[in-house]
Amino acid sequence: MSAADFRRTLSRDDGFDRRQRWLRRLHLDLPLLALVLLTAAYGLVVLYSALDRDWLAFQGQLSRLAVAFVVMLIAAQLNLAMLQRWAPVLYGLGMVMLVLVLLVGVQAKGAQRWLGVPGLPRFQPSELMKLAVPLMVASFLADRPLPPTGKTVAWVLALIAAPALLIGLQPDLGTAILVAAAGFAVLLLSGLFWRWVLLAGLLGLAALPGLWMVMRDYQRQRVLTLLDPESDPLGAGWNIIQSKIAIGSGGLFGKGLFEGTQSHLNFLPESHTDFIIAVLAEELGFLGVLGLLTLYFLLLTRGLYIATQGRDTFARLLAGGLTLTFFTYLFVNVAMVSGLLPVVGVPLPLVSYGGTSALTLLAGFGVLMAVATQPKPLAA
Amino acid sequence: MMDRDALTLRNPEQELRQFTGRALTLWVFLALAILLLVLRLFQLQVLEHDRHAARSEKNRIEVQPIAPPRGEIYDRKGRLIAGNLPVFSLMVVKERVDDLEATLALLETLIGLTAEEREAFQGRLVRRRRPLEPVTLRLRLDPEAMARVAVNRHRLPGVEIEAGLLRHYPEGDLLAHAVGSVRRLSEADLQRVDPIAYSATRFIGRLGVEAHYERALHGAVGHERVETDARGRITRTLDRTPPRAGHNLTLHLDRDLQAAAVAALAGRRGAVVALDPRTGGILALASTPSYNPNDFIWGLDAEGYQALQQDRDQPLFNRSVRGQYAPGSTFKPLVALAALTEGVTDWERSLKDPGYYQLPGQSRKYRDWSWTAGNGGGQGVVDLRKAIYRSSNTYFFDLGARLGPEPMASVARAFGLGRDRAVDVFGARSGLVPDGGWKQQAQGQPWYPGDSLNYAIGQGALLVTPLQLATVAATLANRGRPVRPRFLMASDARLPELAPTPLPPLDQFSQADYAGVIDAMEAVVHRGDQRFGENGTAWAYIGQDIPYRMAGKSGTAQVVEIPQGEEYDEDALEERQRKHAWFMAFAPVEAPEIAVAVLVENGGGGSQIAAPVARAVVDAWLLPPDSQVAQVAQQ
Repeated sequence: MSAADFRRTLSRDDGFDRRQRWLRRLHLDLPLLALVLLTAAYGLVVLYSALDRDWLAFQGQLSRLAVAFVVMLIAAQLNLAMLQRWAPVLYGLGMVMLVLVLLVGVQAKGAQRWLGVPGLPRFQPSELMKLAVPLMVASFLADRPLPPTGKTVAWVLALIAAPALLIGLQPDLGTAILVAAAGFAVLLLSGLFWRWVLLAGLLGLAALPGLWMVMRDYQRQRVLTLLDPESDPLGAGWNIIQSKIAIGSGGLFGKGLFEGTQSHLNFLPESHTDFIIAVLAEELGFLGVLGLLTLYFLLLTRGLYIATQGRDTFARLLAGGLTLTFFTYLFVNVAMVSGLLPVVGVPLPLVSYGGTSALTLLAGFGVLMAVATQPKPLAA
Repeated sequence: MMDRDALTLRNPEQELRQFTGRALTLWVFLALAILLLVLRLFQLQVLEHDRHAARSEKNRIEVQPIAPPRGEIYDRKGRLIAGNLPVFSLMVVKERVDDLEATLALLETLIGLTAEEREAFQGRLVRRRRPLEPVTLRLRLDPEAMARVAVNRHRLPGVEIEAGLLRHYPEGDLLAHAVGSVRRLSEADLQRVDPIAYSATRFIGRLGVEAHYERALHGAVGHERVETDARGRITRTLDRTPPRAGHNLTLHLDRDLQAAAVAALAGRRGAVVALDPRTGGILALASTPSYNPNDFIWGLDAEGYQALQQDRDQPLFNRSVRGQYAPGSTFKPLVALAALTEGVTDWERSLKDPGYYQLPGQSRKYRDWSWTAGNGGGQGVVDLRKAIYRSSNTYFFDLGARLGPEPMASVARAFGLGRDRAVDVFGARSGLVPDGGWKQQAQGQPWYPGDSLNYAIGQGALLVTPLQLATVAATLANRGRPVRPRFLMASDARLPELAPTPLPPLDQFSQADYAGVIDAMEAVVHRGDQRFGENGTAWAYIGQDIPYRMAGKSGTAQVVEIPQGEEYDEDALEERQRKHAWFMAFAPVEAPEIAVAVLVENGGGGSQIAAPVARAVVDAWLLPPDSQVAQVAQQ
């Protein structure tokens, strides 16, 4: 091999490295970025239809997404070690705000979810907890021997339960579930013994009647509606009946973009927010939904892969936890809209109209990118 | 922190291995969970697709029925007697109104609802109706009110302006009892008719031709498939199956003849039925007083309806086909035919009339109409011909006594009495033809010889309607060929009523006897300028200047008691106790073109009161209009 050949090979490697280094310097993970952009773009198309081609509203969502992307880029730059150190502070701050929400929060639509500070946009502390809880739990567990001992698990459960309960009191069951799920995801990834998981599951089943007792009337109604939506087709059952009709009538190929009758003639409620997947299913059919679920699955796969490549336990737990939170989002939403779970207010990630959840989600992806781009310490 | 780290034995390698294992397990779990979602969607979108697609279509597509235009009705000369008037109505779909009171209040300020309108609307609202069926608030909107409502449409959810056709009778009360009328479709009607065929129809034929030909006139409902949103607002029309208009009918009725008949009745309570004896076609069918059927369509308030119902003159009562009266002496020609056929008498046989008749072994005197307490009366030597043109009761008492009830019942039935032989006359009554069996059953008494005497002069239990008596006149005019009365002359539909099965001729009576009876009936009208008591009974009243040959027979039916349902009213009592006047006739005798029956309630003598009405009707039919004018001028 001549020296020139060697140089040429080297320079080619060099070029490849340079690109990698460029992305690495910006703390971006190309596959994850591509998947997020692709999913968001697909979601925007569906949203445009769900908004009845209302260009103004669509522009609003577009600018909110742009802000969220900036937040993602910033989150990607965060130093993991610092993040771990600041986790308890963030968590504590969040808890204080959750208590404040219950005491002095702004009420809207029968729930008290917002903190209004004059001069600032309204703020929903429960959204912050979607990130703060997995951060806190990951940070907590990373300092302890794994798999976690019973005492550690008890502490973690307390860390999860406290915010979840406060959010549940607002009441905002959907977010409470997501926050709890985020915490549990981290716990599961930390190597929690399966037999404990199994035991907890059995206990949970046994506790269901008790849960029924403490549920509010409207929540019980939602469960009953899930079991038999036709019992009140024009009332409680309306949403789920109409969304099933929308999904089912889409068939294999759908009625065509903008052609969904269920959504455009207002039979489908919340068509641009929580029930947007019904619009997708109606207009683009089974194949259209399959496409979105494939994107989601690839995102999840990439997320978990990044987690396994994390530089330390904290990074791994955090990345894994955020990925699983994302999964919880989409699973609860799709299962709810398709009539597998009772109706809870969980938006479809990256697709539903609204800025707050997009902000939290993309911040989460930013953290994932931070994990992906911060190398393992050489000593390890 | 550092202390605890030092104390616990951390193994990063093992932690990574364990995490990777967990991540892998959870990845498989995620994959399965997403697969579950995929399967669920597959179930909904592929396996259950048809069901959901159908429900989605049902959701958005509403089938709206379109009412067919009702067939129009014309008289024999093509003059409209029942048509459709385009109107715009203000309708309210209660289910789509958010706040009914507020809506009504707003309409009040816009178009000024009257108290009656509100009341009628509330009444219609509580009545049972189909879901989402519009309820009429105002039947006819003027253009200005329409514009005001249209401009404020967005403030008036559930309020609609409906373009529609409304039945209209241009002749008003003239033809009410013949053509009948439509009434607002009721819940009870929907039990009888196909509710789908009538899903858009608001009126249904309730009386007369409108009722009998309801099926032909109604037409077929059309449909419009519209797309509606979740609030029921129509977003677009998908397709339209136009309604098929109802069939038009042309009737034998002649508007002018009808007008002449009503004019001749001159406001008295009575009926005129005129038939074309060749076809049975009903040329005129009048019952007075009458009512305006348009009132029922525009909405009659409770007071107006009660006034009509409680009117002593009963304008809603169709005397021509539902009024049943004793025929009186108009029945005598039929008794004559029976007696001739049974061999009880012949044209030569005569008897001396003392003014009354006595049954053997009985002291009771059955009086002739000429009998008076003072001089006893009597019409001298009477044969059958004279018995008809002088309407001798005595002669017919004798025939009745010797005939007995059965031959008289038989001839009555042969001429169509005791049953409804009309082809298409809605609600026609049958009358009553009594016989021994009937009396035993109805009154629990045997048939007495005296009953036969009354029978022979058309009194007693025998009851006929003016329509039936006109049919008798037509059958006599045809020398025994019976006809079935009918309204329908032509239609664009092939209706069975256009070709009714002909009835067999009444061959049991000989043509010579028909000729004799007709000759005697001709004498009723034309035999004049004789000495007292020898003229035809009607000659003095109608026969002196008659320019064609008419055969007729008068009748006078006794009213023994105050008709049912009338209050005791001393002033009116005397008038209402008077006899009913009958006259039946046909002309020209040699080739009859019209047969008429006239009834004037409590009119008195048939020849005096009813015969001129019959003459006026026949004149109107047979004489050219200018000569009628000339006659009127002469008078």
